[in-house]
Amino acid sequence: MKVVIMGCGRVGGALATRLDEENHEVTILDLNEYQFERFLPDSFGGRKITGNAVDQDVLRRAGIEEADAFVALTQGDNRNAMASQVAKHIFNVPRVVCRIYDPIREEMYNDLGLRTISPTRVGAKMAWEELGV
Amino acid sequence: MYIVVVGGGKVGFYLAKELVEAGHEALVIERDAAKAAEIAETLGEIAMRGDGCEAAVQERAGCGRADLFIAVTGDDEDNLVACQVARHKFNVKRVVARINNPKNELIFRKLGIDVTVSATSVILSQIEQELPEHLLIPLLQLRSGFEIVEVKIPDGAASLDVKLRDIVLPDQSMIWGIVDTDGNPQVPTSDTYLRAGDEVVAVTLLESEEALRAALTGPSR
Repeated sequence: MKVVIMGCGRVGGALATRLDEENHEVTILDLNEYQFERFLPDSFGGRKITGNAVDQDVLRRAGIEEADAFVALTQGDNRNAMASQVAKHIFNVPRVVCRIYDPIREEMYNDLGLRTISPTRVGAKMAWEELGV
Repeated sequence: MYIVVVGGGKVGFYLAKELVEAGHEALVIERDAAKAAEIAETLGEIAMRGDGCEAAVQERAGCGRADLFIAVTGDDEDNLVACQVARHKFNVKRVVARINNPKNELIFRKLGIDVTVSATSVILSQIEQELPEHLLIPLLQLRSGFEIVEVKIPDGAASLDVKLRDIVLPDQSMIWGIVDTDGNPQVPTSDTYLRAGDEVVAVTLLESEEALRAALTGPSR
């Protein structure tokens, strides 16, 4: 599968590494080159592109037109929401997953047809369960 | 009218000022506390500190009764999300987004934000009209992803040497009309020859602009 990942933080880096190990064709994007050094192993065989994925030209360079999946994992909810909508509605990428921290925005974009994940909701629930109160 | 403005930078500030002076009720939502305070100091109590992309903030701002919602921050993604929240959560009928990257105009439209304002595009088309010849001037963007452009054919262009049907245009591009140097409009046929100085009106895809310009104005070898 061809996967484009936007945002090379801990989660983006870990996901890219795993998909690369499973022999998927991975392209990872980040604004800051240093993030690749921090969160990708030397053995990483995918493509790394420095640039802002909210810009459609950058997405094209990352091969969005042939991608089977797009995952938005930057720190910015709005950046993730915009890039995911561009991937889904402009480039018709079949599978788009978007991280949104703000639960209200997450719900809205879910209603608008994006597959969203909210670490806020999940994290709070896990912490609550661990507390056992 | 009640008008909510997101972004209290230069554009937002002067926009709110004009709106208030025109007798409207305006509210500026600004993320930065110092900027919000500055607006309140100058324009009165019409500034609210907060993230205008958040539904809770928009609720406090009374977006539910807003007649018009305008997002003018310096980031296209923030303007898009703010407008989408206003539209989908608060049913604001008229939303306007400022965009910085002109290529986002079509994206915003496809995502339901019909009215966009791009200072970059305005300045660019002004420059293009001021510059002599050769350049392609975008006249109108259509919803379908096409645009109508004007191209002036320069002396020595390769396109002058062959009939219209033999000029290789990019895919989905078409010449619709020609205004010749005497100012006469013509409907071209495949046998027409272009002449230097002709103004060609063509339809093309946004991404084919450059290729069309090259095909029509590129020099003859």
